[in-house]
Amino acid sequence: MSEQIEQAIARKYDAGFISDIESDTFPVGLDEDVVRRISAMKNEPEWMLEWRLQAFRSWQKMKEPKWAHLGYTEIDYQSISYYSAPKSMKDKPKSLDEVDPELLRTYEKLGIPLHEQEMLAGVAVDAVFDSVSVVTTFRAKLEEAGVIFCPISEAIQKYPELVKKYIGSVVPRTDNFFAALNSAVFTDGSFVYIPKGVRCPMELSTYFRINELNTGQFERTLIIAEEGSYVSYLEGCTAPQRDENQLHAAVVELVALDDSEIKYSTVQNWYPGDENGKGGIYNFVTKRGVAEKNAKISWTQVETGSAITWKYPSCILRGDNSVGEFYSVALTRGRQQADTGTKMIHLGKNTTSTIISKGISAGNSSNAYRGLVKMGPNADGARNFTECDSLLIGDKCAAHTFPYIESSNPSAIVEHEATTSKVSDEQLFLCQQRGLDTEKAVSMIVNGFCKEVFKELPMEFAVEAGKLLEISLEGSVG
Amino acid sequence: MLTIKDLHASVEDKVILKGLNLTVKPGEVHAIMGPNGAGKSTLGYVLSGRDGYEVDSGKIEFDGRDMLGMEVDERAQAGLFLAFQYPVEIPGVSNMEFMKESVNAVRKERGEDPMTAAEFLKVAKAACQQVNLPLEFLKRGVNEGFSGGEKKRNEIMQMILLEPKLCILDESDSGLDIDALKVVANGVNSQRDGKRSFIVVTHYQRLLDFIEPDFVHILADGKIVKSGGPELAKEVEASGYAWLGEHQEASA
Repeated sequence: MSEQIEQAIARKYDAGFISDIESDTFPVGLDEDVVRRISAMKNEPEWMLEWRLQAFRSWQKMKEPKWAHLGYTEIDYQSISYYSAPKSMKDKPKSLDEVDPELLRTYEKLGIPLHEQEMLAGVAVDAVFDSVSVVTTFRAKLEEAGVIFCPISEAIQKYPELVKKYIGSVVPRTDNFFAALNSAVFTDGSFVYIPKGVRCPMELSTYFRINELNTGQFERTLIIAEEGSYVSYLEGCTAPQRDENQLHAAVVELVALDDSEIKYSTVQNWYPGDENGKGGIYNFVTKRGVAEKNAKISWTQVETGSAITWKYPSCILRGDNSVGEFYSVALTRGRQQADTGTKMIHLGKNTTSTIISKGISAGNSSNAYRGLVKMGPNADGARNFTECDSLLIGDKCAAHTFPYIESSNPSAIVEHEATTSKVSDEQLFLCQQRGLDTEKAVSMIVNGFCKEVFKELPMEFAVEAGKLLEISLEGSVG
Repeated sequence: MLTIKDLHASVEDKVILKGLNLTVKPGEVHAIMGPNGAGKSTLGYVLSGRDGYEVDSGKIEFDGRDMLGMEVDERAQAGLFLAFQYPVEIPGVSNMEFMKESVNAVRKERGEDPMTAAEFLKVAKAACQQVNLPLEFLKRGVNEGFSGGEKKRNEIMQMILLEPKLCILDESDSGLDIDALKVVANGVNSQRDGKRSFIVVTHYQRLLDFIEPDFVHILADGKIVKSGGPELAKEVEASGYAWLGEHQEASA
């Protein structure tokens, strides 16, 4: 039986193709000069360069964190190129007609048509290719509502006051090793601003694509929801199949002001490496949001890709009655390793948080949930509920749970539930006896296990996530 | 429909079936009775091709096809259905989506178009009512939190939906009260159309009061030791299985 399961979960990576696009790529290596050149490529104002340089100097003094339950060969930061952009992007195409058709084809192949008329109605897309944003759709329509949705490099030019005020306000430059590195060399990412009282009229989404060899992607996303506003944002990520490991170190900051709500969803499908662990993306990401009074931040993630995942989308519940949520599905197979979870920092009174984490391990993979729930001294009446479920497929994989609870307030309540289960022979046999093949059976059982999380995804993405999981578990059938 | 010839089968190197012969013709209902440990459940698993149940020798022919080379799902698609004694839970997968996928997998094999959600909902509702399960059971996870009786009725509902050629009921009466037993029996009887065949595996005669078999076989120590009509079940009811000991000694 386990042999059948092994076959069923052998993955074909559909997004593994390489686009033949001429790029301007920096030589490998990192020093202050590289930071200055990135800033110059983006025509940045002096304050931004200064901010980057300070981050770089801090990073040089920092050490890579080793506490995660991950094993990988040391990353040589001098063997990575920190900037790569398609040549055709040099003259900044004014409209979609001027964009290199090969770039558009790349996104089409990934199932993300960038022509507005072909797109899903109600979803605006920012497409980031290596270090630059290629195109952002539906901008005019969003502008009517006062919503700003543009590449962060553009926001630095056009809305410097907003960027200056909020960048680094949630994830400080010196927060951690990878955040400091990102602060020094970030290239592009999305910027979102929702004005007071506005409910963003469409889903916003960014698709990140790494294409160039030996290039790191360091994106930075900043989302600001003014008082009483609402936005749902989603990101997708893919990369070609290569034998070399590639580094992705992103920072995402969410600012949810009083009475606002930000829903942030991720479907991460970076190249995971082959079955022997060769190649794949190293994904070291810092994601955090601050929720002010009565605000709500909801993180939903479906993590199926990357060789290494190190990621803890967190909420600082600063305002009274603010709400934090974390819904996660992390699937690892082959030699993939994931150490992921969340931090819920309760500072305000009557703050509540919910954590639902579903880890699925198959093959020889390792899947760890790591979560911190912290109740500050002023968090009267705060509540947390955590549920961590692990599903094992086969008998060579591992699941770990590392929950940390720190409470400095006796009136705060923290609940934690954890389960570990296996896809049992009985379940598979029942499915097969009803006429389903092994692949269909496994994917159905896994999808059922993830249901609580999938129902949190925006509709368009829930279908995609289900399919992604199916692809991830599929054998030879592409 | 089904021909089993001199079947020897083992589980984890333990020989369970030791030369079993059985022929089931279309439309017939065969009851298999016998003491615990006789190999009754094993027979159902071997016929459905479950992993770990090894056929050492013999032949199984189903609907003109040699079953031994077929996978579990292929046998199911060919029209073999096993109602489980202890149906397992599949959390988060609704009965509805589970059965729709199953029905469409079987239809595909039969060369029929898949059912749309609306078409399926209609037949699923009817099947639900037939086994007296509230419609909300379609939305609930497969067997998730069902009582023993609800699980058994759910199995019969699946049987009705899949329209198999041969149904094997593995102790579908165990743990049921008389009302639930009648529901299960009625569900089965409603599917007797003169073509569909049944193998009813049971320890007690009770179920056979409601599902009247054409033939009754006594399975003991991996073989059918006695066959007869419905009256054989009554004999067992009256005298139990103790006489088997003598029989085996006599035949040894």
